[in-house]
Amino acid sequence: MRSDVVDWARELYEDLDFLAVHRWLADHPGAKAGGYLPVYVPREILHACGFLPVGIHGGGDRLEIIRGDAFYQSYICHLPRSVIELAQSGRLDMLSAVLFPSTCDVIRNLSGIWKLLYPDVYVRYIDVPQVSHPDAAVTFYETELRHLVRDLSDVSGHMPSDDDFRRTIALYNEMRAVIRALYQVRRERPWDLPTEELYLLLRAGEVVPAEQFIAQARAYLAAVDSDRRRPRDNSRVVVSGAFCEQPPLGLIKSIERAGCYVVDDDFVLGARLLSGDVSLDADPVRALAEAFVHTEVRTSVLYERDPRRKRVLMKERVDAATAEGVIFAAPSFCDPALLDQPMLRNGAEAAGLPCIAFKYSENTGQFQQFREQAGTFADSLKLWSGGPT
Amino acid sequence: MAQQAVLKDRSMVLQKEMIASHFARLEKAPENHEPVVYTFVPGNLTELIRSFGALPVLPEINALQSGMRKLSGDFIAEAERAGHAEDVCAYVKCDIGMARSGNIGPSGTKLPKPDLLLLSYTGCYTFMKWFELLREEYDCPTVLFHVPYQGDGMLEPEHRQYMIRQLREEVIPALERVTGRAYDEERLRENLVLAARAEDDLSAVLQSAKHKPSPIDGYFGTVYYVGPIFSAFRGTSEGVEYYRALRQEVEARVAAGLGPIVPDGSLDEQRYRLVVEGPPSWTHFRDFWKMFTDEKAVVVASTYTKVGGTYDFGFRHDPRDPLGTLADYCSGCYTNLNLPSRIEMISRYIREYEADGFVINSIKSCNSFSAGQLMILREVEKRTGVPGAFIESDLVDPRYFSQANIKNRLESYFQMIESRRRGAPREAVVA
Amino acid sequence: MSCVVGIDLGSTTTKAVVLDQDGTILGRGITNSRSNYDLAATVARTEAFINARFGLIQQQAPDAMTSSVVQRLRRAFILEQFLHQLRRLRELMEEEVERSAPPAIHSALRGALEDICQAIAEEEELRFKAPPAPRSDFFRDTAGSAFMRLGAQVAERGGEVTFDRLLGLYDKCIIRAENEPLDLDFRDHIGDALERVGKAGSLAEAVEFAATTDLTPTAVVGTGYGRARLPFPKEQIRSEILCHGLGAHALFPQTRTVLDIGGQDTKAIQVDPDGIVTSFQMNDRCAAGCGRYLGYIADEMNLGLHELGPLAEQSKRTVKINSTCTVFAGAELRELLSLGQKREDILAGLHRAIVLRAMSLLARSGGVSDEFTFTGGVAKNPAAVRAIRELVDENYGARTINISADSIYTGALGAALFAKRMVT
Repeated sequence: MRSDVVDWARELYEDLDFLAVHRWLADHPGAKAGGYLPVYVPREILHACGFLPVGIHGGGDRLEIIRGDAFYQSYICHLPRSVIELAQSGRLDMLSAVLFPSTCDVIRNLSGIWKLLYPDVYVRYIDVPQVSHPDAAVTFYETELRHLVRDLSDVSGHMPSDDDFRRTIALYNEMRAVIRALYQVRRERPWDLPTEELYLLLRAGEVVPAEQFIAQARAYLAAVDSDRRRPRDNSRVVVSGAFCEQPPLGLIKSIERAGCYVVDDDFVLGARLLSGDVSLDADPVRALAEAFVHTEVRTSVLYERDPRRKRVLMKERVDAATAEGVIFAAPSFCDPALLDQPMLRNGAEAAGLPCIAFKYSENTGQFQQFREQAGTFADSLKLWSGGPT
Repeated sequence: MAQQAVLKDRSMVLQKEMIASHFARLEKAPENHEPVVYTFVPGNLTELIRSFGALPVLPEINALQSGMRKLSGDFIAEAERAGHAEDVCAYVKCDIGMARSGNIGPSGTKLPKPDLLLLSYTGCYTFMKWFELLREEYDCPTVLFHVPYQGDGMLEPEHRQYMIRQLREEVIPALERVTGRAYDEERLRENLVLAARAEDDLSAVLQSAKHKPSPIDGYFGTVYYVGPIFSAFRGTSEGVEYYRALRQEVEARVAAGLGPIVPDGSLDEQRYRLVVEGPPSWTHFRDFWKMFTDEKAVVVASTYTKVGGTYDFGFRHDPRDPLGTLADYCSGCYTNLNLPSRIEMISRYIREYEADGFVINSIKSCNSFSAGQLMILREVEKRTGVPGAFIESDLVDPRYFSQANIKNRLESYFQMIESRRRGAPREAVVA
Repeated sequence: MSCVVGIDLGSTTTKAVVLDQDGTILGRGITNSRSNYDLAATVARTEAFINARFGLIQQQAPDAMTSSVVQRLRRAFILEQFLHQLRRLRELMEEEVERSAPPAIHSALRGALEDICQAIAEEEELRFKAPPAPRSDFFRDTAGSAFMRLGAQVAERGGEVTFDRLLGLYDKCIIRAENEPLDLDFRDHIGDALERVGKAGSLAEAVEFAATTDLTPTAVVGTGYGRARLPFPKEQIRSEILCHGLGAHALFPQTRTVLDIGGQDTKAIQVDPDGIVTSFQMNDRCAAGCGRYLGYIADEMNLGLHELGPLAEQSKRTVKINSTCTVFAGAELRELLSLGQKREDILAGLHRAIVLRAMSLLARSGGVSDEFTFTGGVAKNPAAVRAIRELVDENYGARTINISADSIYTGALGAALFAKRMVT
C-alpha cells in the first residue's frame, strides 16, 4: 500500500537519531557506517568497502541549534550548523568515516573542522575533477577513488574485489534506475505521485541499505500504478537550487498546495547525479570515474565547460519535463545556487520562461509568503502561458 | 636622517611607477596587440603568462582598489540591480558592477577586455562562478586550471601530476592559441629565476617583524609590499629591483631601531604585537589601521598576505622544474591550505614572532576564509595561551563595516590585554 | 566625603553610579538616552547624586516612621522636578505656537495647552497624594502618555484645535526640552518638596545636612558606545565590556561568566577571579535576539513590553520558533496565531529562541562557568530567565545563576570602580 511506504519513509526522514543506522549496525556486527555530506559522493565506494552509506543532510526544522551556532557566523548557510549540532550531540558517533565532497568552501572547511573535533574518525575531502579534457579528468578522479578505496578498506578491514565492486555498481545502477522511474512517473502523472512523497522516499534512501530502498520504491511505484487519481489544473514547474541544504518539507508542500506540480527538481541531487548506468564491463573504479565525468546532469557545484550551456539549461530542463515555468529556490547564503541564479534566470527569461525566485533555510518556519508567491505564479502560468507544448 | 628619507621613499616610488606603467600598458594593449589574461591572485601563473608576452589582469585587485577608492558601493548596487543576491561575495559583485559601468580600472584608465580567462581554481569556490559570469559578459576563451585542495594538509603526488598535466594539455595550449606564440620554456625558467630572487627578499622583509620594535606592519603595511609579487611583477626584473630596494629600506629601519611608517607617522613605540587572520576591510582600510595604531599596536604577521604564496615558510619557485614548481606554488597558497594547517600557521606565527595576541577579521563575503574561523579562534587560544579578538566586517561592501562595533571590540580587547599585564587589585564593594 | 562616578551611556538608558572611597554605593541614577550624550550623562549623574543625598537623609532618619516620611519627601521631590519640566515644556510649546501656528488659532491653541498642562499637573498632584503604582519615571514617558490622552479629549471638543496639531507641537518641543540643560538638581527643588510634606524639624536638619555635604567627585569614568564620541576625555573612557565584567564581579564576586542582553546588543563575557575579562563575544550586525526584538513582538501583539514575560510564563506547551530575525518574526507570529496557536505558547517559544542566540554567543566566548550572572533589561523578564535556567542546565549542568534587580547598573558600577582605581 502506498501509505505504508510513505509512513515508513516519513519516520526515517523525521528521525534525527539515525535509529535505522543503529539497527543495521546491530544486525551486522563488525560492519561500519560511513557518512557523507551533500552534494555528491560515490556511495559505491563506501558500499563496496563494506560500509553502510549514510547521507548527512542536517537537522532541517526539527533540531534546535545550540552548539552549532558557536561554530558559524550569521552570514553562513544553516546546514553546517545543524550538522555540527547532530555531531556534537552524539548522534553521529556511529560513523567511522565521513566524506566531504567539493561542493563549496563551507563544506570544504567543515572537513577541517571535523578532523579537529573527531580525530579518530576517518575524514576525506573529495576533490572532483573540474576540467575540460575527459581523459585528464577521469585519470585524476580514478586515482582519487582508488585512494579512497585504500583508506576506507583500512578502516573497514574489507578490501573489495572486482566482483564486490561489480555487485555494488549493479546495485546502485538499479537504485538510480528506480529513482529515474519515480521521476518519470511524476513527470507523466504528477497527480498520482506528489512531490512530498517522492521527497520522503529520496530522504529515506539516504539512511537505509540500497536493497531496502529499491524494494520499497518498487512497492510504492506499484501502489501508485493501481491508485490512479484525478488530474488537477495545476501549473507544471521546475524547482532549481535546492541541491544541498534541503528545504523544509513544509516548503515543498506549500508549493504543491499553492497549485503547482513540481515536475523536475534538484532535491537530494547526489542520489541521481550519474545520468547513465555505470559500466560493468571495464575496471569498476575507472568505470565510476568515467560515469561521473560523462554525466549529463548539470549542477551549480561543478564547472560548466560549455560557455553557452548555462544560458540554455533551464529551457532544456523545462522542455524535458514539459513544464511551464521555473521556481528558483536557493538557501540563504548559498554561493553556488545564488551566484548561478542570474545566469540561469537570464537564460530562462530570454527563452520566454516565466520565473520566480525565493530564498529559504532548512529551518524556515513560516510558509505564508512562499504559498502566496507560488500561488500567484501558478495562477499566472495558467492565465498567461499557453500551457505545456 | 636625509639619507633615510631617500631610502624610505625609493620602494614606494618604484611601486607607484610599476603600477602606473602597467595600467598604461594595459590601456594600450588592444592597439598594441598585447594579449591580456585575466586571472586570480591565489594560484597565479604570472611567470608563465609573461613568458608568452601576455599581460595579467587581476579582477580581485581591481575590486579591492575600487573598495579603497570608495567606488565599490555603487558597483555592488549595480550588480544587485542586475539580479545578484545580497548574500554573495562582494568582490564578484564589485567586478560585475565595474564591468557594467564602463570597466574603468583603479588608475582611471579603461581596462582591456580579456583575451583569455585563466580560471585558476585555487582556494576559493567562488572563483569558478566569477569567471563563469565574466565568460558570459565577455564571451571569450576560458581555461580552468584546477588546483586540488590540500584536504590532508599536503600536496599529494597524484594531485601534482594532475596539475602538471593540465598545464601541458590545457593551460599552455590555450595561451598558445590566444597569443599566437609557442611555449617558451627557457623564457619561463628565466622568469622563475627572477621570481625566486624577489621571493628571497620579500621573505626577509616579512621576517624582519621578529625584531622588537618591528620595522614593518605585517598586515596593513605588508598589503602594499605584496602588491607587486601577487599581481603582475613576480618573475620580472622590475619586481626584483623593487624587493631589493624594499629589503634595504627595511634593514635600515631595523638598524635604526625604527618602527613602520603608518598613516600618522612612524610607529616606533609598539605596545602590542599582534597576528591577524583574515583579509582587511578595503573600504575602511585607513580607519581600520588607525584603530590599531591609536593603541600602538603593530601587526607582526598575517595570513592574508600569504594568499599569493607562503614564501616565509621556505617556498621558492624552482627554475629546474618549471611546471612542477608552478604546481607546488599554487597548492601552497594560504586559502588552499586545510584548516588544521591554518591553525598551525597562526600558532607558529604567534610563537616565532612573539605576539601578545591575535585578531580574526571575519569577512562576510568570503566563505573560504570565514567558515571555520570561530574554530580557529578557540584552537589557537588553546594552543598558544594568548587571547584572540574576533571582529566582523567585509572586503568591499561598505554596508558591512560598523565603526562603533569594531572599535568597541578592539578597544575592549586591548584593555583586556592591558589589564592582564598589570594584574588587578581585589575590588571590595558594599552594595 | 570623596567619591567617584561611573557613567554608562546605553542605547536606551544612561546610568550613573556614585561610590565613596570604600567602594560603597552612595547613589544611582538613570535616565532615557538622548541624542545629546553630554546632557544624558549629566542628567544621569545628577539623578545619582540626588539619590545619594536622599541616602544621606535616610541615614539620619533611622526609624520606620521617619523612613516613610523620607519616602514621601522623595516622591514630592520627583513631583517638583516633573512640574518644573512641565512648565518648561509648556513654555516651549507656547513659543512654537507663536512661531508657526496660524494667528487665527493662537488663542484657542494656547487655551488648549493650558487646559492640558493644567490637567497633567493635577493628575500628578493626585498621584502624589495616593499610594504610588509602578510606572516609568522618565518625564518623556509620563508626560507623553498623559499628553496623548488629554490632548485627544481636548481635540474632541472640535474646532481648529485638532489632535494632529497638538501632537505636532508636543513632538517638536519634547525633543528640545529633553536636549537642553535644566535645573533638576537636589538643591533646586528640595526646598519646595520639603514645603509639600511639612517641615518636620528633624527632617529639615537631615535635608540641610544632605544638601551641604560636599560630594564633588575625584574621578569620573564613562563607558558605552555609539556613533558619536563619548563626552569624556580618552583617559576617562573604559570599554563597556570591561566595565560590565568588573561590575558583575563586584556584585557577585564568584562570577566567571556574564551574559548581558540589552536593547540592541548581546554580550557574553568571561572574567577571572579578579573581575578581569579573559574573553568576550558580541553579536554581529544581526541584532536578532536582543531586547529590541521583544519590543517589536510586543507591538505586534499589542502588549506592553513588561507583559510579555508574565504571559509567556502561563504557557503549558512551548511552540517552536525558528527565526529570531525581526524581519520575519512578525510574519511567523501572524501565521502561528492564524493557525490557532495560543499567545502564551508562542511567546514561550520566542523567549526560548532569543535565549538560544545568547547561548551560542556564550559557547563562542568559552561556555558557561560557575557562577553565571545574567544582566540587562531582558534579565527582568521571567520567561527569559526561565529559558536561560533550562538551557544552561541542559548544556552545562548545575550552575549558580545570579540575577540582580539592579543589574541595569552593572556597566556604570564597573566604570565607577575603574574611576576608583584611578585615585587609589
